Amino acid sequence: MNLFDFAPGREGYYGNYGGCFLPEILHSTIEELQAGFRAAKNDPVFWQEYRALLSEYSCRPTPITHLANLSRDLGGAQIYVKREDLNHTGSHKLNNVMGQGLLTKRLGKTRVIAETGAGQHGFATATMAAKFGFSCRIYMGAVDIARQRPNVFWMENLGAEVISVQDGQQTLKDAINAAMRDWATNMADTHYVLGTACGAHPFPEMVSWFQSVIGLEARGQMLQAAGKLPDRVYACVGGGSNAIGLFQGFIDDPDVELVGCEAGGLGPGIGKHASRLAYTDASVGVAQGMKTYFLQNDEGNMNETHSISAGLDYIGVNPILVHLWEKGRVRFEAATDAEVADALRLVMRREGLIPALESTHAFVRAIREAPSMRRDEVILINQSGRADKDIFTVAEALGDAKWKQFIKDKAALYAAE
Amino acid sequence: MQLNEYIAERLAHRRPLLMTHVVCGYPSFEANWRELEIMAEHGVAFVELQFPFSEPSADGPLFVKANQESLARGTTVTQCLEFMARVTAAFPFRVLMMGYYNTAFKMGHETYIERLAQAGACGYILPDLPIEEARPLQLLADAKGLSPIVLMTPTSTDARLAALGAVARGFVYCVARRGVTGASTTMGDELGAFLARCRAATSLPLAVGFGVSTAEDLQFIGDHAEIAIIGTAALRAWEQGGETALQSFFGGLGV
Repeated sequence: MNLFDFAPGREGYYGNYGGCFLPEILHSTIEELQAGFRAAKNDPVFWQEYRALLSEYSCRPTPITHLANLSRDLGGAQIYVKREDLNHTGSHKLNNVMGQGLLTKRLGKTRVIAETGAGQHGFATATMAAKFGFSCRIYMGAVDIARQRPNVFWMENLGAEVISVQDGQQTLKDAINAAMRDWATNMADTHYVLGTACGAHPFPEMVSWFQSVIGLEARGQMLQAAGKLPDRVYACVGGGSNAIGLFQGFIDDPDVELVGCEAGGLGPGIGKHASRLAYTDASVGVAQGMKTYFLQNDEGNMNETHSISAGLDYIGVNPILVHLWEKGRVRFEAATDAEVADALRLVMRREGLIPALESTHAFVRAIREAPSMRRDEVILINQSGRADKDIFTVAEALGDAKWKQFIKDKAALYAAE
Repeated sequence: MQLNEYIAERLAHRRPLLMTHVVCGYPSFEANWRELEIMAEHGVAFVELQFPFSEPSADGPLFVKANQESLARGTTVTQCLEFMARVTAAFPFRVLMMGYYNTAFKMGHETYIERLAQAGACGYILPDLPIEEARPLQLLADAKGLSPIVLMTPTSTDARLAALGAVARGFVYCVARRGVTGASTTMGDELGAFLARCRAATSLPLAVGFGVSTAEDLQFIGDHAEIAIIGTAALRAWEQGGETALQSFFGGLGV
């Protein structure tokens, strides 16, 4: 299945979803990006350069880990994990960022901007900018800055300027709007490094292409490690870049079931979660450059969203995944905040892995479904990021009393300075 | 009267014509009404009524705040349409709906056009709906005599300007500079050259917006185009001093 073989006049569309809905001021910029990206995608040397960069800068190929203890405990399918958490900066975000960095160079631009929610993408972009010598500005919602100071600390120390976005809900979607406004002003020297497989064409295709390294590696690794392809593959879905990255490796294997895991938050109901497809609270709309499912009201204004993980807390979803969902190729499920906290504890205790809260959503569904599968069946989970560097967020999610006391003591110490 | 006749008739009395902008429900519909009375007193020819949207990505900080606060006050699309109907019945200027495409998409194209026509609008401006995607809506608008206003920008190539000109109706909205609404614009040779490129791409009247705020700006625009668009500057005046400030703002424009 070639997802990117567009019919004439339907460039950037996946079924009824995707497209390129941007203000006219950005038309020539997005055309330039489309042409630059097309040339890079058709140039085998570019892909070689990209793979080489990732292997020397970011530990690629990342390994597959067999969860022997948990598989035995659950008594069903054998569970394997793709270790995207071992990338530099701690998540799959770096794959996309390095690819777009190489593309920025090719386009002759010297400045990059990015939005960030939890800060993972901003952190990755700041490292890329430092390495390539680009000036760098990161837009981040004021609410997210308050929640994610450690990532802001790293971004600033890596030389990026972090702008606190005060509009709207002061979260990821508002940071995207702010970055778009910057791009509409400074496009001559600036590339917008969008962090997920959303937005106007060619961003969904481009981000999917860079993230396809995950699936490409994983398919071969599973054949080697498990002696067969996985029966089910699980990935969390916020914007949907790690999921489409992994799923592309198995898209032409009809016996491999693909499962997207969304943020179920506090359960179904408007404003209580960020599940666009697993629950029925979302509908099709056009915003943030694309046509897709959004958590919005009847008049097309966006609703509040909620999740334990900032990285999944987003109103819209990758249009490619919506298309695959409609075709029945990808199943969508939700994991609630409470299930995520439980699964994280379990995975830490039994396997010594520390998946990011985002990635833990995929673990929740896999852990729930594994016992009803046969022992010769195989599960693959994408551990898209690691949580040890998000200690503030995780400690809060787990309600750790000793940690809270430590922070109080530390604060008292600083207050006395 | 057709839009082109209306513009020609008004141009016989003054040049440039003025188009102003109000964000529906911000700070309130009552305040909007008072703003519109002042605008009418100063002979404004067109008013954009912006329907607030939660993701106003083409707007600058002041309009972003206005969109957000209007929605927080509970403004609905139905209220905006009712307001539009009252405005078009009471004032001599022509009214356009300004907003984002999702408002039209969620309502359904047919309903959107039908309701705008019923409310007395003469057209609409949807800055995030590119011409490649605009045709289905445009066909419905043509049938109802509504003008979808096309934007031309300084980053548009001549080929792109020609494509924009081919589908434009009513008049063309020329974006005076890069960026979003609200920042100032240098009225000079560069803008003059851009407007000359626009002129070559369409026979429709040209309206110039983004950063227009002074009598000198109007003079420059009058030399190169037919309509000057005052957006953020008027709202800024209202924010600073209510109707007194808005009166003196328009007074200062020499209109």
